[in-house]
Amino acid sequence: MAKEYKTLKTEIRLPYELSYGPVWTRFFEGMREKKIYGTKCEKCGRILVPARSFCPRCFVDTNAWVEVAQTGKLTAWSYINYRYFGMPTEPPFIGALIRLDGTDVDFLHLLGGIDLADLDKVRGIVHNGMQLKAVWQEERIGHILDLEHFAPV
Amino acid sequence: MGRAVGIVGVGQTHHGKRMEISYPDLVREAVVRVFEDTGLSPRDIDGVVSGTMPSMMEGIALTHFYFADAMQAVGKPILKTETCGSTGVSIAHTAYYWISSGMADCVLAVGHEKMNEGDAQATMTTVVEPFYQRFFIAGAPGVFSMQSQMWAERYGIPQEKIREAAAHISVEHHEAAFANPYAHMKIHVTMDDVKNARLITYPVRLLDVCPTSDGACAVIFMSEEKAKQLGRPVAWVKGVGYRGEEYFFGDSDKGVWQSAVGAAKQAYDQAGIKNPRKELDVAEVYNPFTFQEMLFYECFGFCDLGQSPDLVLKGVFDRTGELPCDPSGGTLCTNPIGATGLVRVAEAALQVMGRAGDHQIAGAKLALSHAMGGVDQFNGVMIVGSEL
Repeated sequence: MAKEYKTLKTEIRLPYELSYGPVWTRFFEGMREKKIYGTKCEKCGRILVPARSFCPRCFVDTNAWVEVAQTGKLTAWSYINYRYFGMPTEPPFIGALIRLDGTDVDFLHLLGGIDLADLDKVRGIVHNGMQLKAVWQEERIGHILDLEHFAPV
Repeated sequence: MGRAVGIVGVGQTHHGKRMEISYPDLVREAVVRVFEDTGLSPRDIDGVVSGTMPSMMEGIALTHFYFADAMQAVGKPILKTETCGSTGVSIAHTAYYWISSGMADCVLAVGHEKMNEGDAQATMTTVVEPFYQRFFIAGAPGVFSMQSQMWAERYGIPQEKIREAAAHISVEHHEAAFANPYAHMKIHVTMDDVKNARLITYPVRLLDVCPTSDGACAVIFMSEEKAKQLGRPVAWVKGVGYRGEEYFFGDSDKGVWQSAVGAAKQAYDQAGIKNPRKELDVAEVYNPFTFQEMLFYECFGFCDLGQSPDLVLKGVFDRTGELPCDPSGGTLCTNPIGATGLVRVAEAALQVMGRAGDHQIAGAKLALSHAMGGVDQFNGVMIVGSEL
């Protein structure tokens, strides 16, 4: 058997303070009030959500605020069945892309409100194009997880 | 394109869980091998370019300084190129640009990672900001699975068929890895093993996913004039392509992955390739996930959209098929991330030089290599050929 060599156990803990800036601050203030904000690009006409300070395609400022619908259609999903650092909740859970009604990009969040224990049952319920609506946490702190998940209508 | 550039030799570590060796010594293992392979020495090198995944992987920042000695970079210009999963192809591109521009004649490119020293999944989450997306990417497999699901549903591919095709890829690549002396995972798996493996992120199961590997790869690029003086087989760079997408995952269409389509098209245009499936002899597609590999086949024009599972099941992309993909076992069997893209380039180069050993595709003259990254925002391609 090959000799085992020593390893060094070490750790780095670094504190950060990340700036939201004005646009993201307003978006997360909206979260606290159960509102989802987007911004509209006046050049290409797209409504972007979450709100952006500029349109990534047109590279112009997006100053037009829009409170977007809390309903939408499922674009893609994955049933996540393993634990990872920073996971939003205990697995299994469903990561989802949702096209909120009236918007022009997909919103990345969770699909919930159904029994997730059995994947086969989940596959019978969850399908792209299904209608979903936002479900909020009782206590909200201005965070992306103030939205608990999107549930079938 | 600028001056012609060729790959004259490669060196790889034996990839795997390498806790018996320090990180600099692991890097040196690959560098020593590329010098042995080419007969060149550090004094022949004009510049060094290296790269890794995010430095959090091993907890040491700016490793090109840490590895300056192991890469014999002292007294030479040194660069680090870092584009997440596509780092390895970006390193190759950097070396190519350096020589093609006329600023150097001989560049050492080194990719490296020691994933077992840290928490690879946690490191992957740090690629994404913690305001909006970090929670939901599921350490990378989550978003890739979503992408595969979106693609399968769009083209109406039945779940059973795509599952069967993905299992075929897993079995084929795991078998192929036995012929590659440097591959990490060497296990025989059956279709049933793959289909019944532990579920990670549906539809991806354990044997649809790459391992966590330690490894390094070194490649020497040379100008035409210098390469020809060596009097040995050269893999000539025929085309390079790279594309990025918008940051937010939901902003761009991942079902037809535009950065993959665009990167391949740029490389094909340079190489004069019109029908990739006919003209390419072999491809080293970056395939950490079986399902994603099929998406790449389509984005690279190996077949029409939605058609890849049928062709996979017919064996078109097997080692004995019309266009063998990943005869090295690919990323699915070996993934030291910062090295992985460069391993794809190295394997493609070995194939067109006729030096791939037991996994040589007979008569290979034109090969595609590829890597993607960031988390799924970037794609890079390098095409190499046996003739200038």
